[in-house]
Amino acid sequence: MHGRPRRPAKPEDEEASSAKAAKLRELQAEVLRNHHARTYTKEAIGLSFKLLEINPEAYTAWNYRKLAFQHNVKELSDPEAIKSTVDDELRMVEVALRQNPKSYGAWYHRKWLLNQKLTPVDFKRELGLLDKLLKVDARNFHGWNYRRFLARFMGVPDEEELKYTMDKIRDNFSNYSAWHNRSILLSNLLIQQTKGFESKQKIFSEEFDLVTQALFTDPSDQSGWFYHLWLLAQTSTPDNPQLIASWPCNGAKFSSSLVKEKVERDKPIWSRTVPVVLYFNEPVKGVNQSSVNLKSDLEFDKDFNWRPLSMTNSGYSNCWATYLQIANECSSSQQYSVELSIPCSDDIVSRSGSNYNFPVLFTFTIELISNDTSQDTDLFDKPVAWDCSESFQSHGNRDPIPFDLLNNTTALVQEDTNWHFEKLSEEIDLFRELSDDDSKFVKLTLARLLLACAATKSRGRSLVERKGYCEEALRLFIDLIPLDPSHKQYYEDERSIVLIDKLTCDMETFMKHCSVQVQQNLAPLNHVKLCRLSLTRVGFAERLLWVQVLDLSHNSLRSVEGLEALQQLVLLNISNNQISSFTALEPLTKLISLKVLNLSFNKIGDHSIDKTRYICSSPFSHKVEACEAFEVCQKENINVEEYWDAILFFKSLKLAQLDIKGNAVASKENLKTLVMTIIPCLKWFNGERVN
Amino acid sequence: MAEADAGSSPSSVDGGGGGSVQNDYPTIDPTSFDVVICGTGLPESVLAAACAAAGKTVLHVDPSSLYGSLYSSIPLPSLASFLSPDPSPPSSTAAAPDSHTVVDLQRRSVYSEVEFSGAAPEPARRFTVDLVGPRVLYCADEAVDLLLRSGGSHHVEFKSVEGGSLLYWEGCLYPVPGKRQDIFIDKTLGLLEKRTLNKFFNLVKEHVAAASVSPDEAGEVDASAKIPEEDLDLPFVEFLEKQGLSPKMRAVVLYAIAMADYDQDGADPLERLITTREGIQTISLYSSSIGRFANAEGAFIYPMYGHGELPQAFCRCAAVKGALYVLRMPVAALLLDEEKKHFVGARLASGQDILCKQLIIDPSYEIPTLDTSFGGPDLKSPRKVARGVCIISKSVKQGSSNVLVVFPPKSLEEQQVAAVRLLQLSSNLAVCPPETFVAYLSTPCTDVSSGKQCIQKAMHALFSPQASDGSEGHLETADESTVKPTLIWNCVYVQEIRQGTSRPLLSCPMPDEHLDYRNILESTKKLFTDIYPDEEFLPKKSAPVYADDDTDSE
Repeated sequence: MHGRPRRPAKPEDEEASSAKAAKLRELQAEVLRNHHARTYTKEAIGLSFKLLEINPEAYTAWNYRKLAFQHNVKELSDPEAIKSTVDDELRMVEVALRQNPKSYGAWYHRKWLLNQKLTPVDFKRELGLLDKLLKVDARNFHGWNYRRFLARFMGVPDEEELKYTMDKIRDNFSNYSAWHNRSILLSNLLIQQTKGFESKQKIFSEEFDLVTQALFTDPSDQSGWFYHLWLLAQTSTPDNPQLIASWPCNGAKFSSSLVKEKVERDKPIWSRTVPVVLYFNEPVKGVNQSSVNLKSDLEFDKDFNWRPLSMTNSGYSNCWATYLQIANECSSSQQYSVELSIPCSDDIVSRSGSNYNFPVLFTFTIELISNDTSQDTDLFDKPVAWDCSESFQSHGNRDPIPFDLLNNTTALVQEDTNWHFEKLSEEIDLFRELSDDDSKFVKLTLARLLLACAATKSRGRSLVERKGYCEEALRLFIDLIPLDPSHKQYYEDERSIVLIDKLTCDMETFMKHCSVQVQQNLAPLNHVKLCRLSLTRVGFAERLLWVQVLDLSHNSLRSVEGLEALQQLVLLNISNNQISSFTALEPLTKLISLKVLNLSFNKIGDHSIDKTRYICSSPFSHKVEACEAFEVCQKENINVEEYWDAILFFKSLKLAQLDIKGNAVASKENLKTLVMTIIPCLKWFNGERVN
Repeated sequence: MAEADAGSSPSSVDGGGGGSVQNDYPTIDPTSFDVVICGTGLPESVLAAACAAAGKTVLHVDPSSLYGSLYSSIPLPSLASFLSPDPSPPSSTAAAPDSHTVVDLQRRSVYSEVEFSGAAPEPARRFTVDLVGPRVLYCADEAVDLLLRSGGSHHVEFKSVEGGSLLYWEGCLYPVPGKRQDIFIDKTLGLLEKRTLNKFFNLVKEHVAAASVSPDEAGEVDASAKIPEEDLDLPFVEFLEKQGLSPKMRAVVLYAIAMADYDQDGADPLERLITTREGIQTISLYSSSIGRFANAEGAFIYPMYGHGELPQAFCRCAAVKGALYVLRMPVAALLLDEEKKHFVGARLASGQDILCKQLIIDPSYEIPTLDTSFGGPDLKSPRKVARGVCIISKSVKQGSSNVLVVFPPKSLEEQQVAAVRLLQLSSNLAVCPPETFVAYLSTPCTDVSSGKQCIQKAMHALFSPQASDGSEGHLETADESTVKPTLIWNCVYVQEIRQGTSRPLLSCPMPDEHLDYRNILESTKKLFTDIYPDEEFLPKKSAPVYADDDTDSE
């Protein structure tokens, strides 16, 4: 069934198959004719039987049979007659399954039939059929799907099904379907707290033991590794979502300058948009005005929304933001305190359906200061120089960097960590013994175990240990790149994330990359520099929420996903990276404060085919409405079809400075026109003064 | 053929009513054959089938009323007389016709040191005892192939040794993992043991796959998967050490899978050390045996009603091809052509002289010496094997009927030089009544008493003696699974082993000390090609066609 090489067809085979095709076409035409004419006679149904017997994939024929069945059974009243009709139909499905045990149509037809509930289901027969089928191919996932369907239908307790998976695993442990079903059943049993399954620790310890038996017997078999990864994910993540970072953080005090927005009835209106960012450990939905309480004596537009900062439309996101519109009539400096609390909430739920149950409360203070209007206009008047900053140590001001962001929640996060940590350490010791095998699974699992360990060590204690785990995981990912080249990019991404973790997990190391940027005409800005680290992607954005200037130049970034959370970001340097398209920069469109962007020396426009372009929101995917910017560009004779991604990208940014030289796209003549048309406030383009 | 009764054989000529009155011996017509075979042991029966298949006329006689000679399975009450037979009656030396000389034929005793203990449970007739035990067939070995090729498989049924193998190690029994799934399930193995053992099995598998590819196809298979030649010549035990197998795992592989007889760690003569090549050959047979037949669990199968069924099955094949069978017909003497120094016939107990081109006799006959120019038979002392037969009260492995147990050298006592093997059989093989089990033990030995001692020790290691007051079942309060089986009855004896010879007279090999028939069939095949160098040994087409093609076991 598995692992059999496909043989090239011989000429006589081809002849036979073309004869078969001719016969099929004929049958198919006849069945379709009957279908359209709604002919449900015995002969007509017999024809569909013949067709499905040869080709169980003829989906229309199945549908036709459903209609015919419904039509004919309606006229029957005698239960015996109904039973025999159902039985005939069931037998028909069996014939089709003999032809192809993996026919979607046939399996679906059988489920549909049982769901009609016309006659009591002969479960013995159904299970017997399944047993036979799974004996032929224990890994036929259709069979396993059907088994789950039957179990639900019959109300078979999950414990019994769990035993069945164990039997199958005992027969042959390279059975992904059996392991998979086991994971589903165990999740259910644990959630329902079924008797004997009250203790997650006990169950998972046993499961770890079981799967390591398989892994050590044959580390080259994949199915066990996948199960292990599932177990690890269950062990290393808390059951319920948690808030792990915010901006502003608890106790933060910051000043925000008001901008004179307009003059109403001779009175200037000062306003300011203050973003508030919440960062959860896993994607959640349901963050809204009722699940998050915001109290303040400050006047702001009460009609604010929480928005997910994410590139998908799933509604789930790690990161949620709201933008407080502060409008003040007076411009004098004043302090306001804001209190934010999230109680236990059934609104906020993770993808797995568990709700938020770590109540938090924190406060921060905003000092509103009015700004000199002249200074505001001068902002970003000079091109930003990327290397003039001084380190924090010399600056002596550590306040703006909010380490240990949420002291108030850390105590709550301690639950079970000890058990997790012990279990994980045991597993690490075990797999270290296997690691001389040069198996990619061993190395990957070991790396994930180490990181899971590191994560449990993150809460305050043992930072040295945490860094040790990170170091070892880093080495493993570096080993994996040549060992398993087809997953190179994945390993590079993982390595990047671990590296960022290592560099930012403690104050001392992080400080080496932090400084205060001093630019002319600007207030000092918090600056983080992560250059020349071969990063391919960004991670641990929750530790960077406060960053205003970020230098990621001279890396290998292919994506900037994660940066969307950095609502304070004003200056971003991602020059000399591997960014290959504007669509890959989509996260930046969520940054409301971004003013200066250095994209120089990337790969934008290098490849005529942009793979990310097809999976992004585009006018062609009908997700994005044609917008004004397209019309404006058309007036400038810019080919919208060619530049739609650039147009969509730049129209969302209010940049003052942009550097895009050193990209293939920059050599195109009308790019400058495009940018200038869409960003009228732009002052510098590729280091040249414009406007 | 449940009763192994000679009368049930369709083409046998019965001497009449089971009486052994000399007058009742039938007269045989014709009086001249291509081949006359005396004795129906497995090698003789295979030769009879092979000769008949090659178109030779065959007369096959046996003094006993049972098929099998030294390879037979006999009812327990007959065991004592079989192991210690009465001296053969003096034969009548009448004058020979023509120029032939009559050479008297004497039977010799193959068994010695026979010792019984305990009382066999009644009805004792329901116990069938193998003389070749402990013995099994590998699902993929030559014996099974021969049965399939000759059609003998139609006359015998098999059941698997479904309980697998156990290793006796440091006073406990451990399962012998034969395949990946066993390694996974086995809770007694440490994780690293699992790793190294499965890795070793894979290494062997890849080597066998790579080595079985012909040179022109070699491009498709990774030649580096082969184990290097210098490693193949190493003693297997050293190779296993190199692969990182722990002492217990080495014992599993050496004695329970590669079936080494002698202590591989000792400084014993080098010839007793098996090489990696030999070890891998047996492992390869072992693993190709697992799963060969869908309904056979494990590597080994055992014939229903005992091993005596096998010679019978081959005899039937021979009979189908025209061989003539006469049981209860001793051969009294041989006819010798003095000039050519060549045997030309046999004088049967009935007094009838049968002439033949080729005479084959059972190894339980003393091979007559003609003169010194032929050299005496086996001048050096023959190999010996100590055997034991027991009746026990329950299985050594809970939930299993048929089990093989291996006691590696030194596991029973420091002086134990060779492995002891024990095969436990249940009533599902129809060799004993329900609720009882039969166990066979054997170990090769040079010294008769130490061989017997090893057998005794092995019995005591696994079984507890029957309590004298007969109240054994009532005192036990311990967990049922930890209670040893009770030893109800046992018999220990020593058998000598002589090889087959083709000169001066063709004599077949005796049952050997091994667990299977591989060596015996190998030398039988050699004997056949010695006689008929141009004939194929039981070619496939010789199998008679039967309506049902149920050739598999069970």
